[in-house]
Amino acid sequence: MFFIITALAAIISTIIWYKNAPEDKYMLNNLSLIYWGTTLMWFVDHVIAYLTEGGAFFEITLDATLLGITVVLLGLLVWLIILLVKDPKDVFNKVLQLKR
Amino acid sequence: MACFLVPMAEAIVVTVVKNIVEKKEKNSDVKLSAQTELCSTSQTGLSWSHKLSWLNKLLWGGVVLLALEHLWHGEIVPWPPFLTAMNNPADIAPMLHEVATIGTSMAIFVTVVWVVMVLVADHKTKTISAKVNTEN
Repeated sequence: MFFIITALAAIISTIIWYKNAPEDKYMLNNLSLIYWGTTLMWFVDHVIAYLTEGGAFFEITLDATLLGITVVLLGLLVWLIILLVKDPKDVFNKVLQLKR
Repeated sequence: MACFLVPMAEAIVVTVVKNIVEKKEKNSDVKLSAQTELCSTSQTGLSWSHKLSWLNKLLWGGVVLLALEHLWHGEIVPWPPFLTAMNNPADIAPMLHEVATIGTSMAIFVTVVWVVMVLVADHKTKTISAKVNTEN
């Protein structure tokens, strides 16, 4: 389930990025690449596990769903930290100048 | 168990290479603009540092989120020796096998996808510049 949730997050973030492209004020390319990297790695993990161990390709349990949601939240957190550190809209500078 | 270690090692190498390439590109841009009084070479296509940044983000993104999954499943812990498999000698060999097989496959697959991305981007850039040239 975490694989499906992360893949969905990757697809949605890519669509939002494409809708706003070529402008990327919110650095959404970072978010989509973070999710795509994870999706690709889990895809390999799932395929190898399926070929060697068999069983269900997707693990559909409550635990796997919660893990998927947590992974998406961590991805958003990483993206937000990068966005605030790089500050492409120069928000912090403008806010600090206004307060002076 | 610790399959994300191989992509992590690759991500570290790619980060170093990207920083070196970025510095070289900046230096060559300064030299070129001084010689010809023109703008940067990146106008003729995507720079290698930009392309490497895609691979970097793919790898680091995957590594961070996979590390969370391993933490969730109790395969890694935030204290030494970090990998729970290291506590039991019988688990070390399967862990190393997993790192060698799944970890390497992950790193190769992500890199192959990135190579395809770069080839598509280069092809698109060439097509666009050819169109611009014929229009002019």
